[in-house]
Amino acid sequence: MTNAEFQRRMAQVWDNLPGWGQLAAVNHTSIGRRFMVTGAIFFLIGGVMAMLMRTQLALPNQDIVPADVYSQLFTMHGTIMMFLFAIPILEGLAIYMIPKLIGARDLVFPRISSLGYYCYLFGGIIIMSSLFFGIAPDSGWFMYTPLSSAEFSPGPGSDFWLLGITFVEISAMAAGVELTVSILRSRAPGMTLSKMPIFCWYILAMALMIVFGFPPLILASILLELERAAGMPFFEVASGGDPILWQHLFWLFGHPEVYIIFLPAAAVISTIIPVFSKRPIIGYKWIVLSIILTAFISFGIWVHHMFTIGIPPLAQAFFSIASMLVAIPTAIQIFAWLATLWMGRPSFNLPMLWVFGFLIVFVCGGLTGVMLALVPFNWQVHDTHFVVAHLHYVLIGGMVYPLIAGIYYWLPHFSGRMPSLRLGRWGFWLTFIGMNATFFMMHLTGLLGMPRRVFTYEAGLGWDGLNLLSSVGGFIMTLGIGLVLLDIILHFKFGKKAEKNPWQADTLEWATGTPPVSYNFASIPNIESRHPLWDNPSLLESMSKNEHGLAEIRHGRRELLGTEVMSGKLTSIFHIPTHSWWPLFSALGLALVCVSLLVRVYPLAIVGCVLAAIFLLRWSWENGAHPSMAPPTKYDDPKIPLHSRTHDGPGLWGMVITLLADGALYLSLLFGWLYLWLVAPEWSMPSVSPLSIPLLFTAGLLLTILVVFYHMQIRYLKAGNDRGLERNLGLLGLMGVVHTAVLITLTTMAPLELQSSAHDAVIFVMLIYLIFHSGLGSVLTLMQALRVRLGYVGKTYPYEPIVLRPWWTYTLGIFWCSVATFVALPMLWGS
Amino acid sequence: MRLYDSSLAKILCAASILLLTGCSGPFSTLDPAGPSAHMVKLLWWGMFWFSLVVSVVLFVWWWHAMHRDGGDVEQDKAQKALNKWVWYGGIGLPTFAITLLLIFGIPYGHRMLPHADPNAVRIEVTAHQWFWRVTYPDTGIELIDDIVIPVDTPIDFHLSSEDVIHSFWVPRLGGKLDAIPGRTTVLRLQADEIDTYRGQCAEYCGSAHAFMQFELRAVSQDDFEQWLSDNAVPASTTEVSDD
Repeated sequence: MTNAEFQRRMAQVWDNLPGWGQLAAVNHTSIGRRFMVTGAIFFLIGGVMAMLMRTQLALPNQDIVPADVYSQLFTMHGTIMMFLFAIPILEGLAIYMIPKLIGARDLVFPRISSLGYYCYLFGGIIIMSSLFFGIAPDSGWFMYTPLSSAEFSPGPGSDFWLLGITFVEISAMAAGVELTVSILRSRAPGMTLSKMPIFCWYILAMALMIVFGFPPLILASILLELERAAGMPFFEVASGGDPILWQHLFWLFGHPEVYIIFLPAAAVISTIIPVFSKRPIIGYKWIVLSIILTAFISFGIWVHHMFTIGIPPLAQAFFSIASMLVAIPTAIQIFAWLATLWMGRPSFNLPMLWVFGFLIVFVCGGLTGVMLALVPFNWQVHDTHFVVAHLHYVLIGGMVYPLIAGIYYWLPHFSGRMPSLRLGRWGFWLTFIGMNATFFMMHLTGLLGMPRRVFTYEAGLGWDGLNLLSSVGGFIMTLGIGLVLLDIILHFKFGKKAEKNPWQADTLEWATGTPPVSYNFASIPNIESRHPLWDNPSLLESMSKNEHGLAEIRHGRRELLGTEVMSGKLTSIFHIPTHSWWPLFSALGLALVCVSLLVRVYPLAIVGCVLAAIFLLRWSWENGAHPSMAPPTKYDDPKIPLHSRTHDGPGLWGMVITLLADGALYLSLLFGWLYLWLVAPEWSMPSVSPLSIPLLFTAGLLLTILVVFYHMQIRYLKAGNDRGLERNLGLLGLMGVVHTAVLITLTTMAPLELQSSAHDAVIFVMLIYLIFHSGLGSVLTLMQALRVRLGYVGKTYPYEPIVLRPWWTYTLGIFWCSVATFVALPMLWGS
Repeated sequence: MRLYDSSLAKILCAASILLLTGCSGPFSTLDPAGPSAHMVKLLWWGMFWFSLVVSVVLFVWWWHAMHRDGGDVEQDKAQKALNKWVWYGGIGLPTFAITLLLIFGIPYGHRMLPHADPNAVRIEVTAHQWFWRVTYPDTGIELIDDIVIPVDTPIDFHLSSEDVIHSFWVPRLGGKLDAIPGRTTVLRLQADEIDTYRGQCAEYCGSAHAFMQFELRAVSQDDFEQWLSDNAVPASTTEVSDD
């Protein structure tokens, strides 16, 4: 096959469907772009809200925006910027970049990328619609209970927030799992962890932080929505709940989230600086160490948002010190960047201008952050405009500036054209000056005692002039952002055509073409250095021809190279799905669930659940040897097996990472249980467990036997023995059904006082959690039995039952853990 | 040069505004009138000057690094140089700064806590949407959005809430503390001067949050005793109102 013919065939397999078929696209380049464009639109909407607030606050005693609208504005501004702009746009950047940086053609779970995008889009639209109807959430973006609960926010505003954000979070979880597995398992052969571009380390840390950081918020949102809709009192004092539990769960997510936003932005900085300094980054290992430290520390500092709730002084001192310690890994990175510039030959251009702005603004924000971590100072300025100033310095400096630097840097990659230097400069300076004018003043108004979230203030408190300046600054900044946007839009038409690697960068994304081809690389070489394009410039051309590995397309499959985690040694070929409508349909089903819960039409919600489940299971059907996935062909490489013919593959890793997230959710529930037990003022626990002990042990016994036999079956299968596989999987599946039925009986029989006892409500949630795991495991096992019958699973295709094994192990683990902590512990302890 | 000028200009501009408007104001934390607020003010100015020096040095260094030609430094040599930078700048500097901060911060914070004190006056404050109910135990006096305290005396405010979370804050006297339904938190404040201070709710608590303010009048200790006995509610009435 000639090279041209080969490239044509590659495009045939990898290109999106035309027209409406674009909606079925799963390609990471397309999905990444969609995330970024949608995120940018939400940024503009959030920005307009900020302008309305600054207009209202420009002068004292104004009534342009009434109090109830103002509260919707600040709640939605925070919510949009955090959940609909910052996280998704960075996820989009990561989704777009990661495969190109690691020398892969796509992410490992392309359909999951698509599902994530639709959940984000639909969730975002649902949340925005509340503003359109004038019933937007209005208790602040961190939704403190009891202000956000049914008694004090009777309208549907809080429900929009809780349901919409949880829906959107599916996209974050999807990206977290998918990016982790892609980075760990689909790097080009030879790319060991230490040869990985530094960008990937940051994204790996971010992805894992999403995996552990988002579940507490998802749980909290579910609990609060249950409280609002079904009256289960998790946060209500009188029935044994505690509003402070919400704060713990929220900030348990909320603080890691700040670093989930900062790390990818720092990744951009660490990528751009060495390229424009024309030398490798100095201190690669120091930076990796800092990334890991940041990720760890960030999970131990959430209480610094809660210094004014009156927690014990020793705990305050601990969290205060931990919060300050984050300064160390950040400072290490700053000095590594500084050294790279100092010992390089920096050239100054548009991306670097934003990098410079980043440093100034971010360092200011970092310093005020250390100040805020000091408890006595925090007591004074907490909940004032000082905090507003700090968080905008950190988030705009630490996220928006690097993002714009990155957009300018990769603009030639997105479009094949260069930006305009003149317009871009104006955009930068107006943004920089405006931004500092706006937010520097807020430090001062905060110190002068202006609380945050006041919709107006009286004259003569010393706040007037500063607020006016803030507002003027805000409009200057808007002008700057407008120019940047104009520059980017105009460049698509008027920009100079870009060369292939316009900045002479070292990383592989520039070998995908400007703009990139749908399959990124026609062939994938062995990677022998951390700077492939510097050390072997010929790759820029040769990777777009069929000169390296994986240059076979006659089978018509989309394929990636599967490699080992540490060494990057080639293990198998990952076959990945082509475009699919199932993600869109599943997301529509979930959207139906979300909307019907909002309008409280519960039968419709059940219909939505069933639809979504059918679509998702149907989607899972197209796997392995299924004709639409990877049936055997005569072009299969006899030396490197397809992953579905082995015992290891991306799905198994995806399963394990998903279970880590699931485990974080379960731990959050355990935390809630123990917290309410030990701390809630009115907690009461019955002396006898409401659950039937004989039924509980029957369920446990069945589950234990099931899991032991499942493990034995897998051992036989791995040894190449599939005799009786269909029958055994069928029996195990049925056993799972019986076990689930026992659990359901147990739940319906228990005399639970769901609306008047926090204890009973938590037990109920725990039971539902167990039922969900056992039920889904049973269905999937039965489906496996059917797949054995159809020949998609067996001796030659042993992979899928192996993927399912960790699910059962986990289900067994949480079952006995729940029996121990929710039933046995209270009995031993006495109440 | 433009980069450098603008950051310097920003700092100068900020400083001049601070001078022009001054640090005073009825809610200003920088115009302290009590021991807690006083300590925080000291902490603030210490941290401010320290941060100013660190950031200006860093900005100038960074700007210079961006505009100089570092030549072709070998990776090994560069790595060695960086190790030094990291140990001194990346690890040493923050560790030093944090230690310094904690040396002052922890004892200061400790001194602000409501330690047992026989002279301390107890006042109960219950937050509502959107007013403060202030009661004086033993005397049965009840005020709304108004507090009378003796000067130079530690006051323990026992805070709780009837509805949502509020936060009790008198910036010129000291830090804030949340009033949370279901529990009681205790805030120690003291006024050093006879004056009328202003306080407000700091935690967003609903649509009238911006107006949830109160006055705190510090009077001489004799006047306070007098005020108490003038306004005390007879015992029998207290019992009735307690029911």
